[in-house]
Amino acid sequence: MAPPNTPELILEAGRSSRHYWGDLWRYRELLGFLAWRDIKVRYKQTVLGVLWALIQPAVTLAVFSFIFGKLAGMPSGSVPYPLMVLAGLLPWQLFSAAFSNASGSLVSNTHLISKVYFPRLIVPLSSVAVALIDFCIVLVLLAALCLWWQFIPDWRILFLPLFVVLTLVTAIGTGLWLTALTVKYRDFRFVVPFLLQVGLFLSPVGFSTTNLPTWRQLYSLNPMVGAIDGFRWCVLRGEPALDPLNLGISVVMSALLLFTGLWYFRRMERGFADII
Amino acid sequence: MPPPVISVEGLGKRYTLSHQKRQDTLRDSLTQGVRALFTGIRGGARDDKEDFWALRDVSFEINQGDVVGIIGRNGAGKSTLLKILSRITEPTTGRAVIRGRVASLLEVGTGFHPELSGRENIFLNGAILGMSREEIARKFDEIVAFAEVERFLDTQVKHYSSGMYVRLAFAVAAHLEPEILIVDEVLAVGDIAFQKKCLGKIRSVSSQEGRTVLIVSHNLSQIATLADRGILLDKGRLVTDGEISQVTQEYFGRNQSATSEFVAQTSPDRPHLHRVKIITSEPGNIQAYGKALTLEFELHHPEPVPEAFFSFQTLNANAQPVAHLWLGSTTQPFAFQPGTTLLRCEIPFVRMNVGLYNLRAFFSGPPGSPFFEVTEPPLAFEVVRLDPPTVFGWRSEACAYYEEAAWQIRNPSAP
Repeated sequence: MAPPNTPELILEAGRSSRHYWGDLWRYRELLGFLAWRDIKVRYKQTVLGVLWALIQPAVTLAVFSFIFGKLAGMPSGSVPYPLMVLAGLLPWQLFSAAFSNASGSLVSNTHLISKVYFPRLIVPLSSVAVALIDFCIVLVLLAALCLWWQFIPDWRILFLPLFVVLTLVTAIGTGLWLTALTVKYRDFRFVVPFLLQVGLFLSPVGFSTTNLPTWRQLYSLNPMVGAIDGFRWCVLRGEPALDPLNLGISVVMSALLLFTGLWYFRRMERGFADII
Repeated sequence: MPPPVISVEGLGKRYTLSHQKRQDTLRDSLTQGVRALFTGIRGGARDDKEDFWALRDVSFEINQGDVVGIIGRNGAGKSTLLKILSRITEPTTGRAVIRGRVASLLEVGTGFHPELSGRENIFLNGAILGMSREEIARKFDEIVAFAEVERFLDTQVKHYSSGMYVRLAFAVAAHLEPEILIVDEVLAVGDIAFQKKCLGKIRSVSSQEGRTVLIVSHNLSQIATLADRGILLDKGRLVTDGEISQVTQEYFGRNQSATSEFVAQTSPDRPHLHRVKIITSEPGNIQAYGKALTLEFELHHPEPVPEAFFSFQTLNANAQPVAHLWLGSTTQPFAFQPGTTLLRCEIPFVRMNVGLYNLRAFFSGPPGSPFFEVTEPPLAFEVVRLDPPTVFGWRSEACAYYEEAAWQIRNPSAP
């Protein structure tokens, strides 16, 4: 028997559901299940399994340390150079994995989108979870290197989660834009790797922002600058010092990306099933 | 009288078909935009597009506990209607009001992941269909028992036979407890025994639990036994809405005036029935009782089919099978080379009773393997008796077919 308080659902052109955010909450278990599925199948039928999460950052770290640290002689202050790079690489890899997973998420879940209803936002959100798992594994690598250099972070490490959130917000914001665009224009599949390649050099991964004499505010328009600086500040005992203005600019940019991303995604969402 | 659980008013869905110039890439959009700037009018750059109404001005109401069959040919708009009601796509015009939790089953095993085990897929698929973890855990044993896959619960689904896969997928869906269940053409898969079981499950869902069911199927006998009400769609419009037997009759009647040749619109990679032709003894798809009826079938099979079986049934207006004719490669080999096979079946003396008939064809491998295709091509023919009728007339409900017999008359009481 239908309970008398059954909600009435009205389907009409251009009418967005009044219950969208409620629905999103109701489907939170699905979000968990999709994330769990992605994590579960990620390393199936691989020999090295979860080690792959470590190999990639380890090799990047070695290359950066050699080229920038040894050959170019980039300064890293009182901190061992590889540690400085890893503290920057960590948020970058989190961003890069979360962003590229989210960007491809809708198209790789076409079969779900064209056959079942659920708030589509769940798909890009759940795809970010895999990136978080890999991130946690690389955190272990960081801990090991800290021990090796006898470099123990201080109280600032407690603020690390805030910068993880900043990184994720940036990744989700950009990811929402790209995944919604990719549904309509598959061109953007080629844009994502390109953006990541350029972004790696535009973000202070191989060097510290203290090396930049001028243009710091302009540079902070890249929200990953704030996230990476913040990470270093947390992990490397306050080095480089955080500049509130620059951090503020990055946070605002990141929030702007998230809100415009959400806006665009919601606007396109109703037509996904028709064009995917 | 409670309000209807589904009310649909003037529902329409328009798709834009673009010819030649596809607009799916950014470059196309950009060049179109630039061209529009230069031409300055909207019409100029867009003349290569065409609107197509998959659904147009459809209105109906469905009350709680109704089991409604949605009938129509390919492209009539059945699936579009279900997609709108399932909230997958939104209507272009009109509105639908739904009162109750909807679960839709537009495909069997949506979201199944081949790398995951059966157990894991039950949870994943359940969550995708809208069940909570607690709900799935509660029904887990029931689902496993229904699917008959106990032994393979921890095997990856990619190692399942297609029959097991379908059974598991349907079992999850069958244990949903929505107020409104929407089912699209999903029962055409699996073996007959399991299909029966699924039908039984759907029936009990509606009759015992008072749920509302909307079902689309090409298998009209399934619909006729399940549903009590039918909605007939044709080219996106609602044609008839009424009692199921009346609607199926109407469907047959409409098809009867159509051509007696059917050619599949798509050509899938798997073996399938591509073309059917019915050659009746009289013009206008009229078949006279006692005369020859010929049917031609064109099978397409990209790969050779070891042990192919093909059969067809003639279904009367109540969608009951009346005759069954078959061909098996064990006796007459066919389809053992990739490509096309033409089958011609001549029935020398038609014994079926008067009435409208349509066909259901089965194309499969050896017994036990799943069907390549079970299809009801939208073709119909009418059997008439041209010989003088009995005083009662020839009535289609009198019997299924006429048996030849010799009568003897004796009268023992005569002197």
